[in-house]
Amino acid sequence: MDKSVDDLAHAVAPVTDGASVMIGGFGSSGIPFGLIDALLEQGATGLTVISNNAGAGETGIAKLLKAGRVAKVICSYPRTPGSIWFEQRFKAGEVELEVVPQGTLAERIRAAGAGLGGFLTPTGYGTRLAEGKETRVIDGRGYVLEAPLPADFALIRADRGDKWGNLNFHATARNFNPVMAMAATHAIVEVRELSDAPLDPETVVTPGIFVQGVVEYGVRP
Amino acid sequence: MTVVTMNALDDAQLAARVAQDIPDGSYVNLGIGKPTHVSGYVPDGREVIYHSENGILGVGPTPAPGTEDPELIDASKRYVTAAPGAAYFEHSDSFAMMRGGHIDIAVLGAYQVAENGDLANWATLDETYPPAVGGAMDLVVGVPTIFVMMRHVNRDGSPKLLKRCTYPLTGLGVVSRVYTDLAVLDVTPEGFRLVELTPGNSLDAVQAVTEARILT
Repeated sequence: MDKSVDDLAHAVAPVTDGASVMIGGFGSSGIPFGLIDALLEQGATGLTVISNNAGAGETGIAKLLKAGRVAKVICSYPRTPGSIWFEQRFKAGEVELEVVPQGTLAERIRAAGAGLGGFLTPTGYGTRLAEGKETRVIDGRGYVLEAPLPADFALIRADRGDKWGNLNFHATARNFNPVMAMAATHAIVEVRELSDAPLDPETVVTPGIFVQGVVEYGVRP
Repeated sequence: MTVVTMNALDDAQLAARVAQDIPDGSYVNLGIGKPTHVSGYVPDGREVIYHSENGILGVGPTPAPGTEDPELIDASKRYVTAAPGAAYFEHSDSFAMMRGGHIDIAVLGAYQVAENGDLANWATLDETYPPAVGGAMDLVVGVPTIFVMMRHVNRDGSPKLLKRCTYPLTGLGVVSRVYTDLAVLDVTPEGFRLVELTPGNSLDAVQAVTEARILT
């Protein structure tokens, strides 16, 4: 089995207009900058972007927002300092926003990847973010029913990978990347180093079954 | 409105005051912004393990200039180091630590705190300003002790310690203790109870800038 792809352009070629795209990363750590640039070049538009943040400055997701490729953002924290392109598009009514508590976002993504129909969480109970959602009281405590969140594609940043799609990560660049790889129909990974030898199974964090394409992109931001 | 000059702690003094109450051996999450400074004031001899929700347990000090690792940051997006005994993990594990009751204390900022322990710290009433919740709602439901550190009043002098919050809530009845520049207050079933006044302040003066009643 060989999931390696020659270059970034081929890796993002399958992304279609209107697709839902998970993008790994938190702050500037673990963001697949190479794949995002390639997606911008590729031209897909009307995207629903699922990520923790909504980009900052002129890089990453902010580039997609600036170019008008994003119809909706599902995230927990769109207000990172320097999120100028998100703020501009949001204030102009050009991008829809769904704010999800961060842990609920991670767990909804995990639920989709794990084949679950949802879960009950105390997070957000009694707040505006639970409005319209089913609730349950269990042993005197309130819970909110949250739905799984799958996606058509995931853009993932990893440290090392092999041609079977096995991955490991560096420091806090792991963040959302493993759960997003699980939850997307087609997970595309840029790795700092694509290893010729198989990764040591003891060091694999994301097993290759969750990965559909892996491409080397040696630049570390 | 009568302006009463009171003795107010500055940000560093407030962080140092909160740090006194972080016990040895605790797992602590420091919210983004001012709470991150608390770790610099924990008394020597206490081992405290800091959790940052982006995926590290054992956040160490700021790296020396030139040694920063761009992929090693905390939830405030600052460069950090990994302390001895640190671990990295993915996001759903990180939030299992928070929701699952494994973290002992979280220190958070706030827009408003109510006498019933309700916390508002994620959205204002300005609809043009995108709301940003991050991990705050997960922390307050899962961490048993929630410390809030904040200014006692808003810039315009209006109170932040209220009978009921007017901003959208982060969590219901979740705050344990509030540290402000003017006083420290516990949230009890009866309401706010005074722990201490910043030296030089009178209870009457602090009560005058607090909407909720302060019990003694």
